[in-house]
Amino acid sequence: MVLYGVAALAASLLAGKLVGDLLGAALGIDSNVGGVGFAMIMLILVTERLRKKGLFPPASEQGVLFWSAMYIPIVVAMASTQNVAGAVGSGPMAIVAGLAALAAGAALVPVLSRIGTPAEPLPPLDDAEKQVV
Amino acid sequence: MDMVVELFEKNGLLVAFALVGAVMLFAGWLSKSLTRGRLQGSAIAILLGLVLSYVGGAATGGEDGLADLALFSGLGIMGGSMLRDFAIVATAYGVDLQEIRRAGLAGGLSVFLGVVVSFVVGAAVAVMFGYTDAESVTTIGAGAATYIVGPVTGTAVGASSEVIALSVAAGLVKAVVVMIGTPFMAKSIGLNNPKSAMVFGGMMGTTSGVAGGLAATDKRLVPYGAMTATFYTGVGCLLCPSVLYLAVRAVSGG
Repeated sequence: MVLYGVAALAASLLAGKLVGDLLGAALGIDSNVGGVGFAMIMLILVTERLRKKGLFPPASEQGVLFWSAMYIPIVVAMASTQNVAGAVGSGPMAIVAGLAALAAGAALVPVLSRIGTPAEPLPPLDDAEKQVV
Repeated sequence: MDMVVELFEKNGLLVAFALVGAVMLFAGWLSKSLTRGRLQGSAIAILLGLVLSYVGGAATGGEDGLADLALFSGLGIMGGSMLRDFAIVATAYGVDLQEIRRAGLAGGLSVFLGVVVSFVVGAAVAVMFGYTDAESVTTIGAGAATYIVGPVTGTAVGASSEVIALSVAAGLVKAVVVMIGTPFMAKSIGLNNPKSAMVFGGMMGTTSGVAGGLAATDKRLVPYGAMTATFYTGVGCLLCPSVLYLAVRAVSGG
């Protein structure tokens, strides 16, 4: 049943957010620490287990894949609700600070990526994988 | 006309689905006809979303972009953090945990380095613009990390509300530019594999920026970038009002 996939996804996110909140509280800060990350790991582990036991049939899988496919439209909606007017009208200092932090961070990505075993680039997208919009 | 407006306001989420569908259709057409597919439809759609949000914000003076118009308030649900996190977690389905473990060290380091580098750069810009007191410099540095770390830090160290507002703006600028700029810098920073995506998420830290930027670059990278970005705000809220604030005070002698 499709809902089983959606339910597994929802349960993973709730559990992950709870862990993130607890971790934040333990560190004494009013913020969620890594909730989405924990949720992802839980989803991967749980679905892998269920699949091996044959308890996560393609129908359940569809419930997860639907939301994965909704990701880009949701991000477009998110973009349309950002405070862009606030960012643009904030004056030079905020703009310089934001841009400089971005540039410094981006410049260090290739440096840090060299730590550990080198990674292979992903294969190019085939036509089936390309998100047709 | 009134009936239509009322119908739209009552069914906000459905309006949002239909509107985003129309935006993506238009973006796909622009991608094919104007850029011959060189700029992905999803990148254009995100850009159009940001333009719409500017229009909405400029028209209403609110903080939630197009969602401030009652007609389009459903966008706030569709693009809010609940469904966004739901979809991000869904993209992790089928990801190989080995891949994450292999990039673990680089990804973890990137979160700490990302917070410190953003903070130092933001604080330096604050000093350049004439701020000298440790509270203001710390708060603006924290805002350069993300727009959540800024106000959390500012409140903790007792910065003025004007400075806190500036720190939010600095974080917003970063989030918006990461969304737009990621596909353009992807090649030059080697953003084409899970490991560099994890490092990228940790260095940038803004969940909305990374979520949008990687979606416009290559959707397969999203779970890796989001994995590290999700730790960033917490680490920022931990380090900025404490260790980094003390460091600023030590340097400024105040």
